[in-house]
Amino acid sequence: MAAWERFIDTFFKWEVIAEYLPEIAKGFLITCEIAVLVVLCGLVLGLALAVLRSYRVRPINVVIVVFVDTHRALPPLVLILLFYFGLPNVGISLSGFAVLWVVLTLVLASFAEEIFWAGILSVDKGQWQAARSTGLGFTQTMFYVVLPQAVRMMIPPLTNRTIAITKNTALGSVIGVGEILNEATTAQSFSGNASPLMVGAIAYLILFLPVVYLGRWIETRFAWKKA
Amino acid sequence: MEAIAEQFFNLEIMVLAWPTIWRGLLLTLLLCSVVIVLGLSGGLMVALLCTSRNPLVRIPVIIVVDIFRAIPPLVLLIFVYSGLPFAGIQLSPFTAVCVAFFLNNSAYYGEIYRAGIESIGTGQTEAARSTGLSKLQTMTYVIIPQAVRNVLPDLLSNTIEVVKLTSIASVVAFQELLYSAEMIRSITYNASPIVMAGAIYLAMLWPVVRLLSRLEHRIDG
Repeated sequence: MAAWERFIDTFFKWEVIAEYLPEIAKGFLITCEIAVLVVLCGLVLGLALAVLRSYRVRPINVVIVVFVDTHRALPPLVLILLFYFGLPNVGISLSGFAVLWVVLTLVLASFAEEIFWAGILSVDKGQWQAARSTGLGFTQTMFYVVLPQAVRMMIPPLTNRTIAITKNTALGSVIGVGEILNEATTAQSFSGNASPLMVGAIAYLILFLPVVYLGRWIETRFAWKKA
Repeated sequence: MEAIAEQFFNLEIMVLAWPTIWRGLLLTLLLCSVVIVLGLSGGLMVALLCTSRNPLVRIPVIIVVDIFRAIPPLVLLIFVYSGLPFAGIQLSPFTAVCVAFFLNNSAYYGEIYRAGIESIGTGQTEAARSTGLSKLQTMTYVIIPQAVRNVLPDLLSNTIEVVKLTSIASVVAFQELLYSAEMIRSITYNASPIVMAGAIYLAMLWPVVRLLSRLEHRIDG
């Protein structure tokens, strides 16, 4: 067999692909579900933490900083294994899906908090003073004056981080969540052929390549602040 | 409360687990040093090719980089480790991790270097070339040193990610820190070894995370 034919037969065998495509498509949907849940919950929680931090209540801020630092320093896989295998023994049993969702949300929230916080700090003090002197309250100043400017500045790092963390949904295969990678590896071991894995990889490309390009476009679009 | 202490902070099990975890830690450190060096040098290569003026060089490299940025590292690793054997390429877990990380990290580091190189004005290149430096000399002595300094926080932040990412090597049975911890957990049915591994990652990375967030706030603020 020619090398080329052998390559096709190993990675693009049509019969195998046709057989397992429905499973992988199901995995694709699950990956999308988790990704959307994580992005929504993570960004909202991150923003909430950053706003809370701006009230500068010392004990609360210490808790936030420790929370954020821990989740930035720990590999997500460690947290996933800890939640999935550790919690049931103390009476909290979460499904693999829930564990993946919670852990990635916490991780994204931590990175997002740090980015939002840097954004809030980067807004000039004069903006605060001017807004407060016109009679806006602290919270009003935050939401009408400071955040709109801060968010704009923070969009490029935020998109990059969000993409990176959403890709971690693949870690769900380790705890049996039926997402793309899990379905693909299962199909690979059933069929004894690497085509499902190739399909899985292509599924990720379909999902994330547009996001990578969106990220790059946003980066150039908002580049004015970099100087 | 006692159940939590028993389950997550069991000293007896931690003492028992220590020799294995220590071996795992050494392998993690070895792996980190190899993949960071590979990633940093691969990234530099990628950045130089990406900023090349020849589109026949630049465009294919950019496409490949985008592909590796879009594929989750775990997918890449499993592809290299358990997909390639079907094509007759059998790699040990260590080699497979190095290959997958090289591809993934070069793309990320490359993107950071590229941003750094693009942040240096063309006047620098023109000035350097007009004093008689060659293209290569201009890059090595003038552009890259400034570029690297400009993107130092990003390089640092990506390096933290790389160190954290080495934990996925456990999935292909490379016996690094997390693999060792998970092995003992599965024997003892107790999560303390994973807490231990987590504590070790924290001890290694927390100082760097702190430093980084200082750097970031100083630059933005």
